[in-house]
Amino acid sequence: MEDHRDDWTSAAMRVADGIRRLAFELAVEHEGGYLIQACSSAEILATLYVRLMNLGPSSAPPLPAPFTGVPGSSPRSRWGGGWNGPDDPAWDRFVLSPTHYSTALYATLVETDRLSSEALEEYGKDGSVLEMIGAEHSPGVEVTGGSLGQALSVAVGRALARKQRGNQGHIWVLISDGETQEGQTWEALQSAAAFGLDNLTVMVDANRWQVDGPMDRVMPVGSLCAKAIAFGCSAVEVDGHDVSAIADAATSAEPGRPRVIVCATHPWTGFPGLRRRDDASVHFVRFGPGEADMIRASSQLFERTQP
Amino acid sequence: MATVGPTVTRPFAHAFAAYGRQNDRVVSVTNDLTRSSEADVFRTELPDRSYSLGMAEQNLVGVLSGLAREGLEPFYTSFAVFTTRRPYEQIALNVAYPNLPVRLMGFLPGITTPGGVTHQAIDDLALMRNLPNMTVLELADATDVETFWGTVEALPGPLYCRVPRGEVPRLFTEPFELDRVRSLTTGDDLTVVSIGAAVSHASGAIELLRSTGLGVTHLVVSTLKPFGDEEVPRSIERSGRVITVENHLVTGGLGTAVAEVIAELGLNATLRRVGIADTFTHGGSPDYLFGYYGIDTSGIIRAARELVDDPLDGLDLDGPEVRWQSPGVGGSSSEGL
Repeated sequence: MEDHRDDWTSAAMRVADGIRRLAFELAVEHEGGYLIQACSSAEILATLYVRLMNLGPSSAPPLPAPFTGVPGSSPRSRWGGGWNGPDDPAWDRFVLSPTHYSTALYATLVETDRLSSEALEEYGKDGSVLEMIGAEHSPGVEVTGGSLGQALSVAVGRALARKQRGNQGHIWVLISDGETQEGQTWEALQSAAAFGLDNLTVMVDANRWQVDGPMDRVMPVGSLCAKAIAFGCSAVEVDGHDVSAIADAATSAEPGRPRVIVCATHPWTGFPGLRRRDDASVHFVRFGPGEADMIRASSQLFERTQP
Repeated sequence: MATVGPTVTRPFAHAFAAYGRQNDRVVSVTNDLTRSSEADVFRTELPDRSYSLGMAEQNLVGVLSGLAREGLEPFYTSFAVFTTRRPYEQIALNVAYPNLPVRLMGFLPGITTPGGVTHQAIDDLALMRNLPNMTVLELADATDVETFWGTVEALPGPLYCRVPRGEVPRLFTEPFELDRVRSLTTGDDLTVVSIGAAVSHASGAIELLRSTGLGVTHLVVSTLKPFGDEEVPRSIERSGRVITVENHLVTGGLGTAVAEVIAELGLNATLRRVGIADTFTHGGSPDYLFGYYGIDTSGIIRAARELVDDPLDGLDLDGPEVRWQSPGVGGSSSEGL
């Protein structure tokens, strides 16, 4: 392919590697964490931030201030969306729905120079806004989506308002496949299609995993791509670890239809040692004695950056 | 009670459309109940700002959040049950928590609906009052409906409002004021605090009580949250006896708000709460239901008898002079659902 493509793809892959490394280090430091979510979504987040989204410069400090009160109630509270650029409809917006992916998002912001790496020292500490499951005062978190299946509707509202007023900025959403068990997801896609919201793109991190284990054993959801098409969306399934495939899928959207990109991913990408865990110990990774060292040793992520 | 003018037909429908015409950030969002919740005039006049989201209230509330985040002022008009109870978590997290200017309008509240238990919002005030950042109103008459728009416009955060529909009586001459109660009668022996569709029932009972020489202060509440008008504790302290009357469970709504005032200020007063007493309700006409659940003249006089020595002693509470009919207050309506 053309040279400029190679430039951004290698940059995006570097960011994806960095997301996994940071998420792993945080999980080790905090004796547990949402690691597999970073592993499955790293290329999706990297492609969004490096290639796809037209975000303004961060309007928030690289080092976030401590918690000063919840967003709606404290005038001093800063909105997490500020790290994604000014809240102006000329710019794109990014809505992370499953905010237990916040670790991956903070790491993405660090890797794309929107957040200082020092900020991660406050991660998960009392009084910090870098909460493990972020809220909309946490860097990059625009909607408090931790109760799953809800943030997509908020994104639909934003896209609808922008459509009505002729604003340019696109709305990008990352949802998880587990969230599609919530009926509200389908209410949201139904309405996005009804209003012809082609200014809305939904990335699905289809890692096929949920808290109790593999989705097919907990509650199968069938073909998300076929379902999204049946609901009136333009949908495609891609390899969610292939940054070019993700970007191509996003740029070949259909006019008049919301775009759904089902990114098929694996929860242990980058850390093959994670495969050995039992079903209920994947969603939230706690390392046993010596396990972190074993997993680190089995990963190529760390060797690659050694001088 | 004495009304102060003829009933007004669908005052919300016309006032809402007028508010929309004056403010291009206002949008209307409905869940298949556009005419039933009086958003049809807005839709006819401002079709480009009127969105039908179908029967999908959880998504609908998220969409309200997104619209508000883009700088719009979205109104969701529906039956109070579908406004509040069905999408409760979405309201908590996507509207109240980010403190957005979303306007939630609940029609046919409590037992004013011709529908049964599925359509009866007997807990909506409690649900909304417990949400941080939420302002909670219940409009009682046409004057309220016509004059509360300045308050709406000035509210930076979310609003839940019970609204009467259809043929709405005119009970007040003074315009709506946020967190101000109206005093309809004054007297030192007993305080009656009423709200919304219960106001007319309270007025009927108070007329009878006052005819015996009892001094009764009747305070009408239209702002349930905030609840800071000092006239409430002042009157309660003076009389030492208070009855609350509401078209709602006696817990979580007006009765609870008044109990909190009494307890927190340490007032020496006894409270009786007239309303729906820890029960689900069934379907029927408003007059039948207000009687069956005791939110009527006889229910209020029974409560008064527990507080005051022998008021209206010997009066047959089931007799014809007590069977006072309310003039369709709070949205009892011939147009059905």
